Parts: sequence; structure tokens; C-alpha cells
Amino acid sequence: MHNIWLHRYTVVVAICTLLLVVAGGLVTSNDAGLSVPDWPLSYGKLMPKMEGGVIFEHGHRMVATTVGLLTIILAIWLSRADGRRWMRRLGWIALAAVIAQGLLGGMTVIFMLPKPVSISHACLAQLFFSTTVLIALFTSAEWRRERPIVEDSGSPSLHALATAVPLVVLAQLALGAAARHKALGVLPHVMGAAIVTGMILWIVIRVLVRYAEHEPLRRSALVLLAISISQVFLGIAAYMSRIATLDAVQPMAVMVGFTVAHVAVGALTMAASVVLAVEVYRHVRRPTAQMAPRGVAVTS
Amino acid sequence: MKRFLIGCGAASLLLFAGCGKSPDTSEAPKSEPTKTAAGTPTATDEANAGTLTGKVSFTGDKPVMKNISMDATPACARAHSTAQKSQEVVVNGNGTLKNVFVYVKAGLPDKQWAAPTGAVKLEQKGCMYEPHVLGVMTNQDLEIVNDDPTNHNIHPLPKENREWNESQPPGGENKKKSFARQEVMIPVKCNVHPWMRAYIGVVGHPFFAVTGEDGTFTIKGLPPGTYTLEAWHEKYPPQTVQVTVAPKESKTADFDFKG
Repeated sequence: MHNIWLHRYTVVVAICTLLLVVAGGLVTSNDAGLSVPDWPLSYGKLMPKMEGGVIFEHGHRMVATTVGLLTIILAIWLSRADGRRWMRRLGWIALAAVIAQGLLGGMTVIFMLPKPVSISHACLAQLFFSTTVLIALFTSAEWRRERPIVEDSGSPSLHALATAVPLVVLAQLALGAAARHKALGVLPHVMGAAIVTGMILWIVIRVLVRYAEHEPLRRSALVLLAISISQVFLGIAAYMSRIATLDAVQPMAVMVGFTVAHVAVGALTMAASVVLAVEVYRHVRRPTAQMAPRGVAVTS
Repeated sequence: MKRFLIGCGAASLLLFAGCGKSPDTSEAPKSEPTKTAAGTPTATDEANAGTLTGKVSFTGDKPVMKNISMDATPACARAHSTAQKSQEVVVNGNGTLKNVFVYVKAGLPDKQWAAPTGAVKLEQKGCMYEPHVLGVMTNQDLEIVNDDPTNHNIHPLPKENREWNESQPPGGENKKKSFARQEVMIPVKCNVHPWMRAYIGVVGHPFFAVTGEDGTFTIKGLPPGTYTLEAWHEKYPPQTVQVTVAPKESKTADFDFKG
């Protein structure tokens, strides 16, 4: 049975998680990652004096703590109110992810921003956000509505394409995080952007051409397209603003603004690609292999 | 659906396995220090010592330094009546360059030089580092002082020495630190106030100097020999000159940085 309050709560959790991604982006863009040198407390206190870089770093910790508490409630609520076993598991997976994310965040502080940990922290943030969006989708009334199953005869299959797109988006987010944490230059991320954009256009056009009448597929594809277009422009703006402020003595607002927006819309791109993949798995029948019986030659 | 979720989970695990190289948290030296022929530290030979003096001039267009915005920390903003400028390039009134670290890069006899007993001071004053560029000998004390009514953290970013990041509250005890290995230069930043930046040159001998308001430098007590002298600046590529110093000789070596 659909639980409207549970669904509304999952939407709140997803929105708070996006705010957490924004708060994390503000920390990195303002070069404030180590403005609080200890963890889990901040300067040995629960609430240090909020000034300079401490505003961003401790602010991020406060939002993270809130999201952690919200996720605990979410996991417990799902385990009690949702009859689907896999959904209850997903709630606990989300809780495990947010705990792991908190530990990675602590490690970045204690070990002074080791690149692999910082990049993993950035990637897991995106995956956790996608998980909260999926939970919101799975608890919605729309998810319980019966929709027609459509056939797929294309090659590669829509299932293969829908699986590949979130993976290349995740790889692209990892390249972006690697560039931000100076593990790699920006070039791999720029080249990755071309591949991701091409992949997204491929699946969106395939869905819109073949399944334009199918509401969940069309809507998911259009949302992914709109977010991706925004993301490309934000990426260009973030890069240009960074170049324009290279000689700045401190992080400039224009660079911080575009970069954080690029990070946040990156999280939305990841979530939208995952949602489209889920809709494809749910509503598109896998193509059946046209196999000839053994020993029989096939002639055209 | 279940298959899709399992696939995504497996892919994520693979990704993080790739990212999962453990950080280097060891406090042990990253490499062995340079061995010296003499086991005990020796002082400079004053009787035969020569002196190197010089001037670091600046030619070309003088760069305009950006104003620093300290609005995020009112205590910092209140410390100045006018906006502070970046100290990246400071051209003196006489056309010379301030904050150039000049040191003997090569040519010294293979022996261990005694570090001065006194500490070199690095102050945090008005949310700026003072001095902006400084030199210390290996294992010489660096005394860090917070004169501000606000919290700072001191975060050197060495490549050869151990990295550390410590906070220093207003009125907090002075910190004493040292660096075990030669490293030119170690950037120092405060993550609370992102405009704060200093550079520390760590060398294994006492033959270094930093240019000041008149752009000159003096290196005393040099044993006779032929040396490679390097001038390091945070913005411009380093420059080197070869110079031979005879016993008790005073030699001049000038540098010219182009903007």
C-alpha cells in the first residue's frame, strides 16, 4: 500500500542530500577542506566559532550530520512500513553508505586530503544521492501504477545502453573529482564530457524516437536531457571562471558559484541516468535472441 | 530490477577498489637524508671566509597585485585600515624585487653545518604571514606566533618533509617546529584564511638570504670555492649564476627578473 508520508519524507531526504553535495562542493571550492584540523569534533567542540573557512567545513559537517540522522530514520521507517524486502534492504544500504561517507570525510581531514580518499568521498556522495532519489521513486504512487511493457529490437539493446550510461557518468564524476583534487588534469574530464554527452544523446534519442508514447520512459529521458544540457554549459562556465581567476589571491565567488553548481548538477545527472536505467529495466522487455538450432545453417 | 541494482553495486565496488590506495600517513622520512663526510657539525671558517652580496632587480611591467578581501573574518578585516594586497610580486621603490630566496645550491664542501641555536620566527599578524618568505636550516627551530585575535591553522605543504596541519588559537602558545630535509621551497597556508600564504626555504647550510625592502642580499662566511647560486621567487622561474669566491674575498652576484 502506498504511504504518502513515507514518500514525502524520502523526497525531503533526497533534497537534503543534494544540499549536502552543495555544501561539500563549497568546502573544496573555497579550499577549506582542512580549515578544521580535527575530526569528529571541530577544534575539540561541537560548535566552533564560525569564521573564514570554518564556515564551509563545519557547515558541511552539520548538514552531513543532519542527513545521517535523516537516513537512520529513513532506514527504520522503510523496515517497518514497506512490505517489499528489497526496499527494506535498500534503506539499510543507504544507511551503510552514509556511514561510510562520514568515515571517508573524517579520513580526508585526519590524513590531510589524501587524493584517493577525497575522490572516493566525492564519488560516494554522488552514489548516495542517487540512492536517495531511487528510494523516493520506489515509494512514489507513480511506481505502483501499471504501465505497458514495450519491446526492444535495437542493437545494442536499450538495457545495455541504459546500464552503460550511469557507469560512464560515474566515471566522468570520478574524473571531475580527480581534477578538483589535483590527482589529474582537467583534460580527461573534458574528454569524458564529450563521451558522456554522446552516450546520453544516444539513449535519449533512442527512447524519444521509439517510446515517445510511454510516459515514464519519455519523462525520464527528457529530464536527463535537460539536466545534461545544463551540465555541459555549467562545466564550460566553471572552467572559464577558473581560468579567469587563476591569479586571484583567494577563491573568487564567480568560480566557486559555477563550480559548485557544476558539482550539484553532476549529482543530478547521475541520478537522472540511474532513474532512466531503472525505468528501462522495468518497462522494456529484453530482446529475445534469434538463435538458430544447433547444426542448422542460417541463410539469408 | 534486482539484477540492475546488483550490477550497479558491483560496479561501484570496483570503482572504489581502484580508488582505494591507502594514504601515506607515516611520519617516517620519505627518503634518507644526504650523508655528510663529517660526522659532527662544523661552524664556518671565519678566517678565510668570503662574502657574497648582490641585488635582485626587476624589469618589465610591474604587475598590479590584487586586493585581499578579509570580510569572511571580521577580526582580520578590523586589523587593517586599508585593503591589503597580495604579496605574490612586491617590487620595491628602487626597482628591485622583494621576497626572493637566494641560496647556495651547489659547490659547498661535503660537511655538516651547525644550525644556529636561535629560532626563526614566523608571525601571523593581521591575518598575513610575516615574513612572507623565510629561510631556515634543517633541524633549526621555526617558532610560529599568532598575534591575531582570531584562530589560524598552519599547514605546510612539503614534498620532502612531513606534512602537518595544526590550529593556533588567539593567545595560544607559540609553536616550535623544524624540518629534517632540505627543500626549496615549502608553501605554507592557512585553510581558515585562504589568502594567507608563506614560503619556507629549508637548506642544510647557513648560506642563504631573503631580499627585503632594498632588494639586496648578503651571504657571509662562505668558504673559498666555486658555487652555484640560485634565486627563487614564487611567481617567476628560478635563476642561477656561477660564482667563485677566493679566501676573504667579497664578490657580487646580481639577478634580474623580468615581468
